Amino acid sequence: MKFEIEFKTIENVSGPLVVVGRQGNAKYNEIVKIRLHDGEERLGQVLETTEKSAVVQVFGPTNGINISNTSVSFLGETFMTGVGENMLGRIFDGQGRPRDNGPLPAYDQRRDINGYPINPASRAMPSDFIETGVSSIDGLDTLVRGQKLPIFSSSGLPHNELTAQITRQASVKNQSEGFAAVFAGIGITYDDAQYFINEFRKTGTFKRTVAFINLADDPSIERIITPRLALATAEYLAYDAGMHVLVILNDMTNYAEALRELSSAREEVPGRRGYPGYMYTDLASIYERAGIIKGRKGSITQLNVVTMPSDDITHPIPDLTGYITEGQIFLSRELTNKGIYPPVQPLGSLSRLMNNGIGNGKTREDHRGVADQLYGAYAKAQDAKSLSAIVGAEALSDSDKMYMRFGEEFENRFIRQSIYERRTIEDTLDISWDLLSSLPESELTRIKSDYISKYYKKGK
Amino acid sequence: MGIIEKVSGPLVVAKDMLGSSMYDVVKVGKDSLVGEIIQLNGEKAVIQVYEDTTGMGPGEAVESTGVPLSVELGPGILSNIYDGIQRPLEVIRSKSGAFIEKGIVADPIDKKKKWKFVPEKGMKAGSIVKEGEIIGYVQETELIKHYIMVPYGISGRIKSIKQGSFTVDDSVAKVDLKNKVFDIKMSQVRPVRKASKFKTKFRSDEPLVTGQRIIDTLFPVAKGGTAGVPGPFGAGKTVIQHQLAKYADSDIVVYVGCGERGNEMTEILTEFPELKDPRSGRPLMERTVLIANTSNMPVAAREASIYTGITIAEYFRDMGYSVAIMADSTSRWAEAMREISSRLEEMPGEEGYPAYLPKRLAEYYERGGKVESLSGKIGSVTIVGAVSPPGGDLSEPVSQGTLRVVKAFWSLDAALASSRHFPSINWLSSYSLYLDSLAGWYDKNVDKEFMAARKECMQILQREAELKDIVQLVGAEALPDHERLVLEVGRMIRENFLRQSAFDEVDAYTSLKKQSFMLRSMLNFSRKAEEALKSGATTDRISKMAVVAQIARMKEVKETDVDRYEKKIAEDINRELGAIVAEYKESEKG
Repeated sequence: MKFEIEFKTIENVSGPLVVVGRQGNAKYNEIVKIRLHDGEERLGQVLETTEKSAVVQVFGPTNGINISNTSVSFLGETFMTGVGENMLGRIFDGQGRPRDNGPLPAYDQRRDINGYPINPASRAMPSDFIETGVSSIDGLDTLVRGQKLPIFSSSGLPHNELTAQITRQASVKNQSEGFAAVFAGIGITYDDAQYFINEFRKTGTFKRTVAFINLADDPSIERIITPRLALATAEYLAYDAGMHVLVILNDMTNYAEALRELSSAREEVPGRRGYPGYMYTDLASIYERAGIIKGRKGSITQLNVVTMPSDDITHPIPDLTGYITEGQIFLSRELTNKGIYPPVQPLGSLSRLMNNGIGNGKTREDHRGVADQLYGAYAKAQDAKSLSAIVGAEALSDSDKMYMRFGEEFENRFIRQSIYERRTIEDTLDISWDLLSSLPESELTRIKSDYISKYYKKGK
Repeated sequence: MGIIEKVSGPLVVAKDMLGSSMYDVVKVGKDSLVGEIIQLNGEKAVIQVYEDTTGMGPGEAVESTGVPLSVELGPGILSNIYDGIQRPLEVIRSKSGAFIEKGIVADPIDKKKKWKFVPEKGMKAGSIVKEGEIIGYVQETELIKHYIMVPYGISGRIKSIKQGSFTVDDSVAKVDLKNKVFDIKMSQVRPVRKASKFKTKFRSDEPLVTGQRIIDTLFPVAKGGTAGVPGPFGAGKTVIQHQLAKYADSDIVVYVGCGERGNEMTEILTEFPELKDPRSGRPLMERTVLIANTSNMPVAAREASIYTGITIAEYFRDMGYSVAIMADSTSRWAEAMREISSRLEEMPGEEGYPAYLPKRLAEYYERGGKVESLSGKIGSVTIVGAVSPPGGDLSEPVSQGTLRVVKAFWSLDAALASSRHFPSINWLSSYSLYLDSLAGWYDKNVDKEFMAARKECMQILQREAELKDIVQLVGAEALPDHERLVLEVGRMIRENFLRQSAFDEVDAYTSLKKQSFMLRSMLNFSRKAEEALKSGATTDRISKMAVVAQIARMKEVKETDVDRYEKKIAEDINRELGAIVAEYKESEKG
């Protein structure tokens, strides 16, 4: 039997931090059990340890913690969680306890939630096209298996609808098996959490989903562990159970704010806008857990939501995220205001791994050229639009007018689609050629002439 | 032997450490994790640990090795991929599987493999050798002779020297100094935080030819020079670094992935063995050393990775090779420094970075250069550093500290990137201070007119930018014809010369000969068109000529067809412009 010593030596409580004195020798990152005098238990983790004291962050509120009669015991291990296939179809809270009134699932293994860094020499290059059924993503910013592609959104934009749609629809071409999904709600509202669960239940996605939900009024420090629980579970499902896993961390902005809260409680030197200087490293320890490993069957694809405070892409959270992730899907308020769903703005979006996942044998031979041409033409349409705002639509050249029309058609036929509409890549490319065929052939300089003669629809 | 007193993230404080020196490597805790002393305080030492300190606590032992952080250098180092403290990742993979576990010890170079050692001509018993002198070589890859140099601190008379197959730990020669005999092995150890020794440093007069048009033609970097590449995310920093690693004409490439994405290293590992060096035809991997300390690997080792990389680069430089080192990204290195500094509770400078950041940046870039090494051979280290400024704002400390020391500056521009103009190097804000010293080389090796053409090209681009500002206000129609021609030529240069696809087989690499031909043809077009305007032609007509489309396709022309194509374009320009002018004269008569 394991022997647990209880210390009643709390010296100081401040925000989410507790300093425990004369505690023997606590280990760095060790998990701590805090027992209140009424028997309630909370978990914490050692952030700093010296011979005299240990600084412990508490995953939960610190109210009720009492210097004279709260006891603390050190568990001698890091934060571990059970993982297993039985977790599919279940809902857990932000610390991994069942939230659906069900029993604890039978776990296959216990794991450190922090995992270990993937050896760069063990990674395999992501190159399998994921068909999300959303034209603006599949056509222009293709997602591939093993990629981390966040959704840069803002308050009031339909990122929840889009992530739910992608989770429902995502599939890999020519493969019947769907994705398993691990959903981590980080500081989201009850409504949002309910929306996802209902969507998944309604469409049968739920039985291949594991959900971890930390609600907006749950302790913010818990948000530090919620994504890590999700990723530890995903790693088991992917690399041990051989599944292709789609991880949705929603919303990473709430995570980063919890990190800032903790950092300021520790009185650390702040970096930009009060966020800690190590936020890049910390975010990387989450995002870099996406990938494919040589010789293992499964994969982890991350589709995380980042809401940009005041729509500002240079804010530290989206900025550092963009430096780590392999592109971004950028949602636009302008398109939303026009009533276009999904409001994916192609000009701000990017998929760095797109080239690996498209082309002959993967999507279609003309995909790269079509994507470049649509992008170029839409950029021209935007230029023409801003020009017409200055000089008036009448003064535009014929070519500018043509592109303005193209831009509108593109938004209405290509970007716009319904929440339950699933387009195959062939559908998407077909719509693309409809649109491109409204331009003269001589304008299509980014597409190889072979493909133009094969796909261009004359007389459109 | 010390004892841990405090653990806070990657930082450990140990007591009873009297006798150890600053920057000594220590083994920390029961897992013997590698660390380095970064502060001494009486009998206490502050240690940065290169691995995850989870599970470590006060009371555990700390042992000093008495040596500074070093790299092991010798045959077998090429084609390898290392972490920030030179542990071979392939070996770690075979030991701990897909994930990197703690406390793994692995030799940086294979100790069992035998290499064929050949003594240098004239090296025999009785020869006098000094530190850094070459005593022999190993043919490591088809192209690279790995010279064996006498390690630092050893000089004297050769007692014996062998020939044949040996491991890197076998003695290949014995050197006698004042009756003390030293064994010389094929491997040696060098501390990473100290610049390697050399005899003299020169100003470099030869460019690093990269095959990237905007770099080679407009903003070249010298062999032995330094270049900084700042840019926001998505601007293509990494693609540029990869292009240089693939196509730069250096003998050796050291690529440091410092705090960046794991998949980017995978891309190099998958691509480089397949890709051939455009000059030698050998796989690129044979001349490459990779250092990968990705963003999720321990932060202290990220700080070290830059030094590990540059020390390896200097080692090959000393053999007389031209070495290029790419560091992607130096901002992550600076952030690692900031993180350690903040845990040391040092007084922060700007944006929380330590006050010594500019000095560390300067020290790093100063390790570049073209030198005569101790061996007497001339070698160079060219440093290209990527910078990732938060929000793309160059006023931040790492960009500013870099700008003060580098001499070529390739400024990546978010607006160009979002219009998919790659490489997104802004031609108005970038610069190279090497033009004067390289002019002679370009005159001799490319074309006497090349530097003049470059200047003319820059003037056109400058003029185009000014005119574009006016067009924004009044529309292009309001400009006189000769100014609209400048816009036309500017667009031609931008879209067909400066823009270059990294993913197109032909376009990815352009020889200097072809660059010169492309530029010449465009400027020739510009001059001839200007003359035609005087004879009554209009810019509208000129821009619709068939030859304009041919000029746009010059980038697709194979290197072998360049001469033929140039002639044709020159003829077509004359013929088509001639036709337009004749037509105009005809209409005037009638």
